[in-house]
Amino acid sequence: MLIRGNYQGSSFFELLRTDHPTLMPDFSPWIESAGVSIPHGTTVLAFKFADGVLVAGDRLATEGHRVASRDVEKVFATDEYSLMAISGAAGPCIEMGRILSVELEHYEKIEGQALELEGKANKLGQMIRQNLPAAMQGLVVVPLFAGYDMRRGAGRLWKYDITGGRYEETEFEATGSGGIYASESLKKSWRPDLSADEAIAAAVTALTDAADQDRATGGVDLQRKIFPIVNLATNKKITRVDDATVEQIYRALVDERTVGGAS
Amino acid sequence: MSMPFYVSPEQVMADKAEFARKGISRGKSIVALEYDGGVALISENATTLSKIGEIYDRIAFAGVGKFSEFDTLRKIGVRFADSHGYAYSRDDVRGKALANAYSQAMGEAFTREMKPLEVEIIVAEVGDDSLAGHENSALYVVKFDGFISDHKGYCVIGGNVEDVQGLLESEYSEGLSQEAAVRLGLKALKGGAADNGNMDASTLEVCALERSRSGRKFTRLSTDEVQGMLDG
Repeated sequence: MLIRGNYQGSSFFELLRTDHPTLMPDFSPWIESAGVSIPHGTTVLAFKFADGVLVAGDRLATEGHRVASRDVEKVFATDEYSLMAISGAAGPCIEMGRILSVELEHYEKIEGQALELEGKANKLGQMIRQNLPAAMQGLVVVPLFAGYDMRRGAGRLWKYDITGGRYEETEFEATGSGGIYASESLKKSWRPDLSADEAIAAAVTALTDAADQDRATGGVDLQRKIFPIVNLATNKKITRVDDATVEQIYRALVDERTVGGAS
Repeated sequence: MSMPFYVSPEQVMADKAEFARKGISRGKSIVALEYDGGVALISENATTLSKIGEIYDRIAFAGVGKFSEFDTLRKIGVRFADSHGYAYSRDDVRGKALANAYSQAMGEAFTREMKPLEVEIIVAEVGDDSLAGHENSALYVVKFDGFISDHKGYCVIGGNVEDVQGLLESEYSEGLSQEAAVRLGLKALKGGAADNGNMDASTLEVCALERSRSGRKFTRLSTDEVQGMLDG
């Protein structure tokens, strides 16, 4: 393994392709029906706020009309300053996130310098394009990518299409089955100068609204104490909002919306 | 028809070894020291070209000799570790396996290639108390011919190993603080240097594998941090 390698560059993705093709995930042989019989993630969202960018997602994964998992993690840090959020076919999405985080670390170690945020976003686009044959058969991977751009001193976020097309968003974006409802909710609460606390509340509200309208979105599960993941990327790296804060915001929201007032 | 002169295998090996040693002896030394909270790697290096680098979560690399050769080895190590960790789990990437792989590759290069590698390397691994069987740190040295050795406490590679090692032998003790380890490392390097002592924080490259960090434990210390340790 050590001496037989041919690849000389700094990309882990290319290293796998060149020297370890058996480790390279390739979902293209799957038949069309795979699209419904494997777990799918549902609603994720990202938006900018005063200190950076927020990325959040519910925890439910569905398999057709069935619950596949109640506590899947669809938002994860790909390195110290960037985050990826996935909706769509869970297997390929999670694998792509895994490769991307190794890719970013690999590049940093080989080159002695980390990629710029834009470089990271671009690399993810290329990886999605590689998945196009599988996407055409229903295994769609359309993540959100966001992070804090140290050079520009601002949070940035991108969405993708199945061809690897990359679109930078200036405000907010939500994808997945409940994405449209989350977007509608954010449209009312979002401002560019939201504080961190306001941003967290807006995210929890948007996910609650999405879960209210879309049956495949999980929202807050008080019975099992499963809460959406809310991550903030700022110049102080990435922080995950603790469950207690999310629960508090959610309870206040329910009280406010309860018909006839809070019990 | 011309016949090539017969040269005995012993002579070939001896010549190659001498060639490699000559190349390495021109280089400056690097020391690796275990301290109470991890492993420190200290090198005299006034340039921005690193001799010490990160391989994986708990593994660091250091090389002396020809820069292009040991930097290629470092990159090979990163590729080995990242693909192994991707195929299995992050905890399955071990310093011993990497050092062995280096030993094989370098040994093969020594016998096969016309020109042997003019490098010596250290593979350092810091222990992790939360992983059963991974608690202790490990230091491996691989020489130009693939000769591999493991070391307890400290190890040295480079031009003047004997003097540096001699000093460490008499002054090293277990349970040093990080500051004390860096100071001892510098003292040992100075003892072994030909110009004896034109070294300060700005001409040192100091890296550490810190046990207390989670995930990637490798860290490169800035000149200011090193200065602080030397003053303290």
